[in-house]
Amino acid sequence: MTSTVSMTVNGKQVSAECEGRTLLVQYLREKLALTGTHVGCDTSQCGACVVHVDGISVKSCTMLAHQAEGCDVVTIEGLADGDTLHPMQEAFRENHALQCGFCTPGMVMSAIDMVNRHDTLDEKTVRHQLEGNLCRCTGYHNIVKAILAAHPVMKGTA
Amino acid sequence: MYDFNYRKASSVEDAVSAVTGAEDGRFLAGGMTIIPTIKQRLANPSDLVDLAGVGGLTGISVSGNTVEIGGMARHAEVNASSEVAAAIPALARLAGGIGDPQVRNRGTIGGSIANNDPAADYPAAVVGLGATVRTNRREIAGDDFFTGMFETALEPGELVTGVSFPVPSKAAYMKFPNPASRYAIVGVFVAATSGGPRVAVTGAGPCVFRVAEMEQALAGNFAPEAVADIKIGDDDLNSDIHASAEYRAHLVTVMAKRAVAQANG
Ligand SMILES: Cc1cc2nc3c(=O)[nH]c(=O)nc-3n(C[C@H](O)[C@H](O)[C@H](O)COP(=O)(O)OP(=O)(O)OC[C@H]3O[C@@H](n4cnc5c(N)ncnc54)[C@H](O)[C@@H]3O)c2cc1C
Ligand code: FES
Ligand code: FES
Repeated sequence: MTSTVSMTVNGKQVSAECEGRTLLVQYLREKLALTGTHVGCDTSQCGACVVHVDGISVKSCTMLAHQAEGCDVVTIEGLADGDTLHPMQEAFRENHALQCGFCTPGMVMSAIDMVNRHDTLDEKTVRHQLEGNLCRCTGYHNIVKAILAAHPVMKGTA
Repeated sequence: MYDFNYRKASSVEDAVSAVTGAEDGRFLAGGMTIIPTIKQRLANPSDLVDLAGVGGLTGISVSGNTVEIGGMARHAEVNASSEVAAAIPALARLAGGIGDPQVRNRGTIGGSIANNDPAADYPAAVVGLGATVRTNRREIAGDDFFTGMFETALEPGELVTGVSFPVPSKAAYMKFPNPASRYAIVGVFVAATSGGPRVAVTGAGPCVFRVAEMEQALAGNFAPEAVADIKIGDDDLNSDIHASAEYRAHLVTVMAKRAVAQANG
């Protein structure tokens, strides 16, 4: 049985026919062709699929499209302003916080949510808050550095 | 992943009648357990009934000596609540140690206790604080709620509307997390309550359990030394790729000792 699911994605009103089981990540990738959101594990572990739903980071492989009906969704494609990268994307670039880049969309989305929720951040907190995101390449070191660098920029205290 | 009918309930009554009226209906809360379970084809419900739009299931409030947490309260909300942190800091910390931020942003207390995973954290708090589980039909004492591995006292179509936690004079939760999932290999919740000390263990056995010998020792002396030499038998404990039963038994004593030390501040 299919029915229409509507939501706002990166500021645009969108609708698509979905089954009950259609995952939010399938909705984004297969119905909207927004393939920046990745599927790493499909078992809720790796965080490659993290997007923001009503401003909160979620694993889009573990949420039904129907659960996001009427919500405001932001994906990695919705961050940059034209050619100007979001401060978190810029910090990842500056700090060489990616190698293959597969985990990066989810890392960036989790990192932005983390900064939004923390007035201050230190290395230990960043590592703890990254528990839902796995990277097979970088050893995390530069990812942590990038997040710590983006924090004051995003807070306007740089 | 098999398909199912998705339904969004508008009220508790609507949710209950949708689940009981379906061929094999299930409530959907945070989805952090049920969606992975359906993907693995370990469950094949005909209908998922979403509780997210049901009024009256969210919210956290503290009145007098009780912390009331709505069944749909997310782990992140319990963790971030300044009221919970002031009344029962151990409970706020426990919620902040579940899984990872994205799991905490979706997962709910009602879903966690209804699921009763042997390695889940909340069951230790419900039993360790002597909480009361409220459903659409009745109140169930925490001690009677968890009946076995993934088994609870809930009847078909019974919905957890909230949990009330009595405020203890002190409490702490210590877990030895699985480094990958953060589920408890062993977690021990200790509390000094008006009814005496309580010690509840999760992760170690098929279901959360209390350790009477430790509770008696703490009644005499609420100090880490009181439990340091109390060993529990490993006959009924879990053995898996993460830890042997023998190691889990050892961890129960270690975590209990650390929890008492932290409770004493
Ligand atoms: C990567 C990962 C790591 C995790 N780590 C931990 C951890 O460290 N510690 C821990 O404790 N948990 C952990 N969890 C589990 C997490 O806490 C889940 O959120 C929780 O077990 C289920 O809650 P939910 O709201 O997501 O329930 P759902 O998945 O929506 O539902 C679970 C079950 O409960 C039933 N149900 C839901 N709500 C109610 C209700 N109000 N009344 C009656 N029945 C209901 C459903 O029908 C279903 O059968 C982890 C999960 C993941 C994916
Ligand atoms: S793909 Fe969603 S957590 Fe890995
Ligand atoms: S950069 Fe390759 S997985 Fe993270």
